Parts: sequence; structure tokens; C-alpha cells
Amino acid sequence: MPKIKLTIDGKPVEVEAGTTLLQAAETVGIQIPHYCYHPGLKLAGNCRMCLVEAEKMPKPLASCVAPVQEGMVVKTNTDNVISLRRSVMEFLLINHPLDCPTCDQAGECRLQDYYMQYDKIPSRFHEEKVHKDKMIDLGAGVMLDQERCIACTRCIRVCQEVAGVDELCLSNRGDHVTITTFPGKELSNPYAGNTVDVCPVGALTSKEFRFKKRVWFLESTSSVCPGCSRGCNITVQHQESKVYRLLPRLNSEVNSYWMCDEGRYGFDSVNDHRVLRARINEEGVSEEAGHEDALVELASLLRETSLSEIAVVGHASETCETLENLQQFAKNSLKSRYFFYSRFDPPHPYSDNILMTADKNANQKGVDQLGFKPLSDLKSAVGVLVLRDLTGQEMELLDRLQIPVLAFFAVNESPLCTKAKIVLPIPSYAEQEGHFINVQGKKQKIVPAFEPRGESRLVTEWLNDLKDLLESAGQKKKIAC
Amino acid sequence: MALVLTNRVGLKDSHTLEVYKKTGGYASVEKLFAMEPGTVIEEVKSSGLRGRGGAGFSCGLKWSFVPQNIGKPVYLCVNADESEPGTFKDRLLLEEDPHQLIEGIVIACYAIRSTTAYIYIRGEFDLSYRRIEQAVKEAYQAGFLGKNIFGKKYDLNVTVHRGAGAYICGEETALLNSLEGKKGEPRIKPPFPAVAGLFGCPTIVNNVETLSALPFIINEGALAYRKWGTEKSPGTKLFSVSGHVVRPGTYEVPLGYPLKDLIYKDCGGIPDGKKLKAVIPGGSSVPVLTAEEAEKTFLDYESIAQYGSMLGSGGVMVMDEDVDMVWALRNLSRFYAHESCGQCTPCREGTGWVDKILQRVLNGGGTLEDLALLKEISDNMMGKTICVLADSIAMPVLSFIKKFPADFERYVRSHSAGGKMRILG
Repeated sequence: MPKIKLTIDGKPVEVEAGTTLLQAAETVGIQIPHYCYHPGLKLAGNCRMCLVEAEKMPKPLASCVAPVQEGMVVKTNTDNVISLRRSVMEFLLINHPLDCPTCDQAGECRLQDYYMQYDKIPSRFHEEKVHKDKMIDLGAGVMLDQERCIACTRCIRVCQEVAGVDELCLSNRGDHVTITTFPGKELSNPYAGNTVDVCPVGALTSKEFRFKKRVWFLESTSSVCPGCSRGCNITVQHQESKVYRLLPRLNSEVNSYWMCDEGRYGFDSVNDHRVLRARINEEGVSEEAGHEDALVELASLLRETSLSEIAVVGHASETCETLENLQQFAKNSLKSRYFFYSRFDPPHPYSDNILMTADKNANQKGVDQLGFKPLSDLKSAVGVLVLRDLTGQEMELLDRLQIPVLAFFAVNESPLCTKAKIVLPIPSYAEQEGHFINVQGKKQKIVPAFEPRGESRLVTEWLNDLKDLLESAGQKKKIAC
Repeated sequence: MALVLTNRVGLKDSHTLEVYKKTGGYASVEKLFAMEPGTVIEEVKSSGLRGRGGAGFSCGLKWSFVPQNIGKPVYLCVNADESEPGTFKDRLLLEEDPHQLIEGIVIACYAIRSTTAYIYIRGEFDLSYRRIEQAVKEAYQAGFLGKNIFGKKYDLNVTVHRGAGAYICGEETALLNSLEGKKGEPRIKPPFPAVAGLFGCPTIVNNVETLSALPFIINEGALAYRKWGTEKSPGTKLFSVSGHVVRPGTYEVPLGYPLKDLIYKDCGGIPDGKKLKAVIPGGSSVPVLTAEEAEKTFLDYESIAQYGSMLGSGGVMVMDEDVDMVWALRNLSRFYAHESCGQCTPCREGTGWVDKILQRVLNGGGTLEDLALLKEISDNMMGKTICVLADSIAMPVLSFIKKFPADFERYVRSHSAGGKMRILG
């Protein structure tokens, strides 16, 4: 590609031919405000917020669509450009309901941000605003307020270009223009949540998230979605050990700017149905226990058996680090060579050629690389230590072979919680550091958003203490918390 | 005055192939096929024919932008979506002389090496539609369209497509979107249609009147066409005159013709001995002229530009001394607010805002500040959008307020002034 040289705000810029002015400006750190432009979507050029001046050009240029030209002298910050932005802001706000106090977008709204940056003048609009429909349930968990919409068409394009469906459109004309679905149809694609992300204003909000939390209270942590083997990069937004929403995070090699709804709304397992205290099950009676007592009980159970005949069962959704620890524990402390794994295996997994894979486990490649075998290969053992969960079939297999579950390292409630002799709480993916290897073979890092909840402890911590207990020959020993 | 375009207007059954052929129709074809396509483009270039849709861009030059041999078909789209208020010249050509248009289509397609043409006709044009549809049918039957037209090794298919009533679909790229089955919204340019138009292929969009002038140019030659008009605006043009004249209608005059003569001679002047107040010379979207300006200007692209207006589509709207200019402007603003496609912020919001302010002023609730605001809104709309619809109301607003301040001030100074309005025409 030939290079083009130009000047933007006095800074020399050299970019490939075909680059737009807005992108060229970004390469030298100049941000041009915009609504309709989204780096992951085709160009629309309709909001006109990104107008800039170029020497020898009679009219201002929409920098999001105008390609660079050799020798161009572009100015993005003159009084004239700033007044253009102010006028676009004024136009955008005349029919806007200005309902920030009750709008869920407040705090992350481009109208608010740019108003403070470029407008800041009282309205000169004294007419009746255009009224449109509000609180429309579009389907797929997306709510629409047509009065807040600025008709940037990002949501339409996200459906067309990411999900590959024509589900949204603009109907009517002029200031009566509205985003809508086709008559009698709903928004129903599995990527619909992205419409909420790309909406620069409060027109599209998430049914799941709206009114739960003002966004400025939320903390953000970079992570990876554990919902399938794609491993979409995400931001976990949370407060006080509770996840409020997941947002896609740019990774051009994995998920671009997007994620699927299955992953987006799949954080229940972090907030709810958690196992947060250890339990000891004895003769049908389940009792909660401190972690020390549970460990001592487990150690004595283990010592009653032949350690090397114990099998460990990892999980294809656990991190590489956890799996390695489990394997090391089996090898070194149990002297066992039995490393199996379980996996989530829903009956009809949805997959497509976009992001979603049929493998609903985050780290299948990880278990494969470490040499774990499917649990269905198990022939015999004196007992098993199980991580995370088992499928119904796998539980039947254990019953048939009369193999007891000695310990269950649990994130969520499961039938195994009563079946296992000892239940030990472990953190979810949002509370630990580690890596998943995705379907492409990329090793991706997850970072803890908050401390392990309740009394849950990392698998590594449980196993280290257990190792110490086994090595201290049955002497009860104080374990540090 | 019959010169180039309207020679058959008024003849009995002028729309039929029989009458068309009898009166010299399709005579250019033999000459056409003896020429190289490039030569045809040159001939049209040297005739100086300018696009009659409103923009006035050189027709031959536009054709020369079509890239050849890029492995994609080339399309001709005939813009018959005549919707500019005050303009009804294409309707006359479609109703009275549809075969002249088809002959023009044959010439244009041959020049740009296109074998497919679409006629995008305004949905409300019923008789026009029936006439052009019938003419296309006749042309197919006669072997003038279809395979090996006129016995030459050249195929040409023409499809007539009816619009659904949106003004914006007369903008060439919105027309292409509409033709493709999409919402009629103008596209971002570049790329221009000549490079990437209909279905992403090179496309020329020409107005009905432009194409209808082609048979004459090929038959008689570029020089004969230049016999009329001025150096920069050669040839003749149709003007649709409406409003306060004795004989409204469509007139063909040479470019450079005095507007005064058109109004007072051809159209018989202002009825009831009233005085002229204002003229919109080129369709509703161009700046208005005062009576004084109108009586001085000539009807060519350059002369009208001297008075800050445009020749546009040639829709001449004549207003007499009784016309309330605030009311007239509100009439326009309502149209543009209704017809804005809603794509670009300044147009979507600005057209509606301007309309609401004007409505309030008309109802007697206006202030002097409103006039200043109207000007500022118009400035903020002009030249800031993908197409020129925003400019099309901004220019009237600015020119009406500037040239007829008394009408506006009367409303905002005294709330009781609103009263009587006159209906145009």
C-alpha cells in the first residue's frame, strides 16, 4: 500500500492510502468526536459530529468517511470546527428528552460527554419536541427508547455485519425517524447484546443490567469469557464481589469488539448458587464445616485408601494453572497416574461461524495439552477427587463402578454436593488468575476481579494444605488461613 | 416555442411510436451506430449539454468518468423521479414524447457501453408511467430494445421502476438505494455512481430532460445545439412556470432567455394587473429572487448565479404582491421537514426545527430573536450533510429573510399581523 503524507493540526502524519482522516488523526493521538463511526463497523457518515476543516476544501469534511489525500492540511480544533460540533450537539439535543436522571446510560453517554466538552449552552429550542415510543421491548433483552435515539444506525449495522441478520431498521423520515424491528418481528439474534454496547446514547439499554447500578460505581477488570472455547476477551464490571455485567473487550484476533449473548449473560454462576463454605457429608447428613476441619476429615479419608489408586478429575473449564496443580498433587502427593477431566456437555450446543463454538468449555486445549483423559475412560479407582462438576452420565459411571467421590471442589451447587464426602468451595473464574487456551490455541489470561467469595479458596491452596496434612502423618496441624 | 425537446408536444398521439417515427423519430440511430462510443461522448461534450436535473454538470464529462473493461456491467439510470416542488417539465416529456426519451437512452447507453437501463419514475406520475411503459413495450416489439436492437449487434434492456413517493429518491444515490430495494437515503460520495453505483457497478444517472436532448444532438450535431443558449450554458431548457401568471405551464426557451420575457410575454404576465413580488427561479430549493432581480436576470446557469440563486430544475414560481412570504416559506419548510430522509443530524433535526419556528412565527408567537435563530440554524445546516436537502431549505430561509425582511418583521413586531394568507396559484 502506498503511503500518504498529510498534516493534521500541524502534526505530520503518514498513513496508508485509503485511511480516513479520523483514523489518521488517531495515529498521532488526536481524538475527533463521533457517534456513528465505530471502528468495527462499516461507515455511515451520518452524525456529522466528526466534521473537520481541510485547506482548499470549500466545505467541512466528515472525517470518519473522508479518505486522506497527499499534502492535505487538516484542522480539527479551530474555532469553526468547535462551533460545528456545538451546532451538531444542539441539533442532537433539541428533540432529546434530556432525562439523564432516569436514564441508565448516564455516566457513559456520549451526549453527556460531548455536551460538557463542546456545547455547554442552554437550549434555544422552544418548540414541542417530537414524541416517540418509549420502553419498547425489542426482544433478546434489549429495551428501546426511541426518543433518546440519535439515529446513528450503529445497532442496525451491528446486527447486519456481526450477526449477519437484518433485524433492525430505520422507519419514517426526518425527525420522526425511528429504530424499529420489522412488523411482528423481534430482535432475536444471539449477538443482540452488542447493540446495547454500541449505542452511544441511552436509546438501547440492557434489560438485564438497567437500573441495577449506576455505571460510575462499577469497577472494571479485564478477563476472558469462559462460556465457550472461543475465549472472547471481556471486561468484568463489578462492585462488592458481585458481577453486574460483562462487556466485550477488543481483541482483533479473537472476538474483535463483540461477544455473544450466551456469554454476556452467563455470569449467574459467579453471583448465585455458589458453594461458599466447606461441607462434610456423613451418612446422609450434610454439615457445613470450617476449612480446617474439612481438610482434616479429607486427609483421614484419603489415608484410609490406597493413595495411588485415587483418580483426580479436572475440568475443561478450569485454568491451566489449576489443572497443573491438580496434576502435580496427583503425581507427587498421591503418586497416582490417573488424571481425568470432565466437561460441560449440553445436549444441543449452539454454535455458528461467527464467535460461538459448540464446545462450551473454556480450556479444552488446556486439558488436552496436560494429558488429562476423558472421565469415560476410567475403569477403576478407590475414589475420586472432582473439580467443579460432573455430568449425569459420569456420575452414573462412578455409581456403576462403585467409586466414591471423596472430595468435590465446588464453585456452584450440584448433585455432587451431597454425593461427595467432602465439599470444598473454590472461586469462580472472576476471582482467580490463570490462563485458558482457546480454540485457536491462544493462551489468554484471566485476572481476578475480586477476592474469592465466602470461604472459597483457590484449588492450589486447598491442595497445598492437603499435601502438608498428608505429609505430617496424620498429626493435626494448624493451617494458616 | 418549439426548439429541441418539445417539437411533438401537442401533436395528436405524439406519445406513440407511429407518430414518433413519422416525425423523424429514431433517425439518430443509424448515425449513432456508425460512431465509436468515445466519439459520441466527445460529441455530447462539445455540445455543452449540462445535466438538467438541477446540478448542471456537463453530461459528456460525467459519461467519461465511467471506467471500462473492469469486468462489471455499466448501468444507465434515468432519473424520472421529478419531485422538486414547482417542477413539471419531465412529466411533459414522459407524457408527450416518451420515445424521444427512449432514443436518448439508446444513445447514452451506447456511449457508456451499457446494455441495461432503468427508468426510475416518480410513483405519483400515473399517466407518465403508463405512457413510458407503453412506449418501452412498443420499442421492444419494434426491435428497438431487447436483443440486437435496430438489427445491430447491440443488446439493450430497459426496465421501468416506480418510486414510492419520497422526494429524496430524486437524489441520484438515494435513487440507486431505492432501486436496489433499500431505504431511499443518499450515499456517501466518493465513490460517485460513475465508479460505484447501482449494485456497486459503474452507473450513470441522467435526468429525463438531459437524455431527451440527445437525439437532436446526434442528428444535428453539437454545433447545431450550440446555436441556442450561451457559451457556458448552450442549448435550450424547459421551464415549468407556476404561480401568479396568466398562462402557467412548461416552456422551452434557449438558455440565456430573459426571465422577464418568460413571465410577461410567454406566460402573459401577472393576473389582475398585480405587481410581481418574488420569483423562485429553479425549483423550490433555490434562493428566491426579488421582483427587481427577476426582471433583470437571464435564464442561464451563470446569470442567475450573479443574483445568488440557481437555475436548478427550472421550476419558476411566480409570486405577486399579495403573497405573504412568511407563509410561502413555511409552505416550503413543511415540505422539507417532511421529506428529509433523517440520516444526517443537521438536516433531520434542522428541517423540523425551522418548520416549527416558522409555524410559531406565522401563528403570531415569533420574536426578532427567532429570525436571527432561523439564520443561524440555516448556516449550521448548509454544507454539513451527505446530500443537499439541508441546503435546499437553508437557502430559501436565508434568502427569504434577507430579501423580504419587512414580511417577517411584520409578524414578529405585531402579533396581530398574522391573519390573511393567500394560497399560491
